[in-house]
Amino acid sequence: MITEEFYSMRAPRRAGAWRLLDEPMRVLVIVVAAAFAAGSLLWTLVTGFGDAQTALAFGVLIALGELARITLPGNREVAPVASAGAIGYTFLLNIGGDHVHHSGWQVLAVVTVGFALGELPHIAAGRTPEWSDLARRMMVIVVITLAFRPFAGDLSPGAEESQWWPALLLMAVLVLAGWLTDAVIAAAIRAERLRARLTVAFRDELRAHAGLGMAIGSSGILIALASTITGLAGLLVFTAPLLVTQVAFRRFAEVRLTYLQTVRALSRVTEVGGYVATGHSRRVSRLAKSIGCELGMRESDLLELEYAALMHDIGQLSLRDPIASGATVFALPREQRRIAELGAAVIRETGVLDSVAELVRRQCEPHGGDGDDGPPPQGSRVIKVANAVDDLVGESGDPERVQAVLERLRMDGFGEYDPEVVEAAARAIERASCRW
Amino acid sequence: MRALPGAARLYIGLVFLSALAVVGLGPFTGIDPATLALVVVLYVVTESISTTMHNGKAGVSPGAAASLAAVVLVGPVGAAAGALCSAPFVLRRQNVVKRMFNGGQLALVGYATGHAFLALGGEVGPPDRADFPWILVPFCAALVVYGVGNSVLVGLLMWCLGEVRLAPPRRVRWRTLATLELASLGYGMLGLFIAVVWGVIGAPAILLVLLPLFIARWAFDQCLAEQRAHEATLATLCQAVETKDYYTRGHCMRVSKGAGMIAQQLGMPAERVQTIRYAGMLHDVGKLGVPTKVLQKPDKLTEEEFAAIQLHPMRGYEIVREIGFLDEALGGIMHHHERMDGRGYPMGLAGTDIPEFGRIISVADAFDCMTSTRSYRKARTVEEAFAELRRGAGTQFDPAMVAALITAVDRDGWELPDAVEPPGDGSAVVAQQDHDDPSVPLRVVREAER
Repeated sequence: MITEEFYSMRAPRRAGAWRLLDEPMRVLVIVVAAAFAAGSLLWTLVTGFGDAQTALAFGVLIALGELARITLPGNREVAPVASAGAIGYTFLLNIGGDHVHHSGWQVLAVVTVGFALGELPHIAAGRTPEWSDLARRMMVIVVITLAFRPFAGDLSPGAEESQWWPALLLMAVLVLAGWLTDAVIAAAIRAERLRARLTVAFRDELRAHAGLGMAIGSSGILIALASTITGLAGLLVFTAPLLVTQVAFRRFAEVRLTYLQTVRALSRVTEVGGYVATGHSRRVSRLAKSIGCELGMRESDLLELEYAALMHDIGQLSLRDPIASGATVFALPREQRRIAELGAAVIRETGVLDSVAELVRRQCEPHGGDGDDGPPPQGSRVIKVANAVDDLVGESGDPERVQAVLERLRMDGFGEYDPEVVEAAARAIERASCRW
Repeated sequence: MRALPGAARLYIGLVFLSALAVVGLGPFTGIDPATLALVVVLYVVTESISTTMHNGKAGVSPGAAASLAAVVLVGPVGAAAGALCSAPFVLRRQNVVKRMFNGGQLALVGYATGHAFLALGGEVGPPDRADFPWILVPFCAALVVYGVGNSVLVGLLMWCLGEVRLAPPRRVRWRTLATLELASLGYGMLGLFIAVVWGVIGAPAILLVLLPLFIARWAFDQCLAEQRAHEATLATLCQAVETKDYYTRGHCMRVSKGAGMIAQQLGMPAERVQTIRYAGMLHDVGKLGVPTKVLQKPDKLTEEEFAAIQLHPMRGYEIVREIGFLDEALGGIMHHHERMDGRGYPMGLAGTDIPEFGRIISVADAFDCMTSTRSYRKARTVEEAFAELRRGAGTQFDPAMVAALITAVDRDGWELPDAVEPPGDGSAVVAQQDHDDPSVPLRVVREAER
């Protein structure tokens, strides 16, 4: 398997302690979460521990859930069962008829120990967790617990059905609040890492976590409610539907990764065939993606852009002989157009990548567009610039040469290149180079 | 839909009528109408979100959860009535006959399950604290009855449709069936807890329990869509690579199919069959690295040119090596030109040292090459190709794979590619020799001959 690093969209980082300075937000979140974890442990040690059996059961569930964590597309690490278990423990009012009175700090302490135990085998096997994601999982519980636990005694209803409504409503609201907090933190970290825009990142995070977040929340509430009657058996049973959900999401992440790997690998056939320089497609796609981030494109658009950038030269396969040095930027406009059309035709053949095909088809149009279709989509303009930069700079990536090329693209007087995209490219390249 | 056999019609009618009779006769005393209405909703929802897995052939329906919850909440007659009432509203594309059978089957099984539950001391109505843990005894009995009843009713239908008699039971099918049963038992357990939560908070229980299932269903759909997109893209890109040579168009898809047939014939599990299909599709990707003029050369090849051709399995391996799921297929791609006697390329492996996938693709590859037209010869018939394969069995091909292909093609047939005529203007790239063709080996000038 390919490493996660390969799949992530992360820019190269500074080594050692310096990299902490690159991402202050991420560090802050981790520190705050760690402080809550340590504080809760201390507090519980000092004030004492109530209801050990329940705590043990939930601790085990959380540890197992953490052990079974999965990685969603976009390198998002989640542990649905652990989160649901923690939420369930937070909302627990009553076990088999006996009221429970654990404090919020005890919940946090149990969650901390559960997370730690679940992560230990992973760390022992060399799969260190994404610390910021782990910290976020902790922060969600912190938000929900500290808001709910102080009122737990008042909410505990009697036998009447109707008395559950206020508690249920509060639980739903808190789950929603926890989810929003999570999205905000995740977006802040992501925006900082990828230099994406905060609002765009926030929307991406909301979308990415909507489905699983709802499943986690409802399972957590269910665990708490069912325990009222079934005792701790409810724990096992209500984890089951969530497990099914988790399996589904995991399969999806696997297929998505495979898809990307396939397109990446097959984009290299043009290189093997001698049509383009070695590594061209991959460099163009990487540059195009960071330009896209810089321009504030959405995650789904970025994925399309990546596919299109990887396959932008696929049309050359239909040429009888490779064009000189494989660089389309030197080819005649008519020839470029033909390659783009042929490539788009190939991609459209799949029946599922129509918008990618459109990006490829219009990749060589000038910034203002030609013909009646208006200006080409933003993705096409990005690919045009990324392709030109890579063709002109070549494999070496010599900084002076890069600057000269950028200057040339800026000076271009025929409206070929979108100035906004060129500036974004300059910023993206500068950031990448200062981080090396 | 093709017409149903008479026996099946009779059977479905019988099931439906007995379900109606059960509901009509059964006492409705002690059933809360509001609860019954909500049970109908529960049935409709669960039946509508059945998750399709296993390549979309078999569906796992959380229907068991609805049935068991209904049994606990409203008893046998209520469960049957709920199932029957829900049948017309299920949000799936089903014709009337299917709806009748599904509704009738659910009702009958629910009725039987309910009586099993009551017989062992279960009580109708949301369970409370005092019922635990002893309610588990009648409930587990009910689960078993549900599982058995369901299998019997569906099995009988299959028997009436002639599907069971038709195909000899294969291992794979039983495994799928077992998975389905296990899943539905799991869902059944959930039914008890729907009833429990119902007792605590009332109707919102449905929403809370079903939400994760809805989302799972949605994720599975996404997964399937992505899988299909992936396969379509893979196939298209492979075909794009082939457009270079006019005569080999469609070759990769046919090799993929042939390799899949061999693997199935050998009784490989479904995942491996799928993997070898991918391997077959990708086996010649590296051919793009061979210069066009070598592929087109009408004369004998020089040693260097032959070496360039021999390199293509390695080139292919380099291209696809990063694709994680290929796994075993990588060996197949790299070694699809090895020979059993060790005189193949690129490594010169012999016998069982050659990966199984390599031996399979080798046979499928040669078979498709011989049965399609080349610029220097017409397509051969399937029989001629078989003869050639048999001749090479043991020296070039693995006899087991040859036998498997012949059996599979004899049984299922083989769709021959259309005869191709390249456009006469000379614009198409046309190879003058084919490295895959065992009957016309590549002509190579040896150093000594020069």
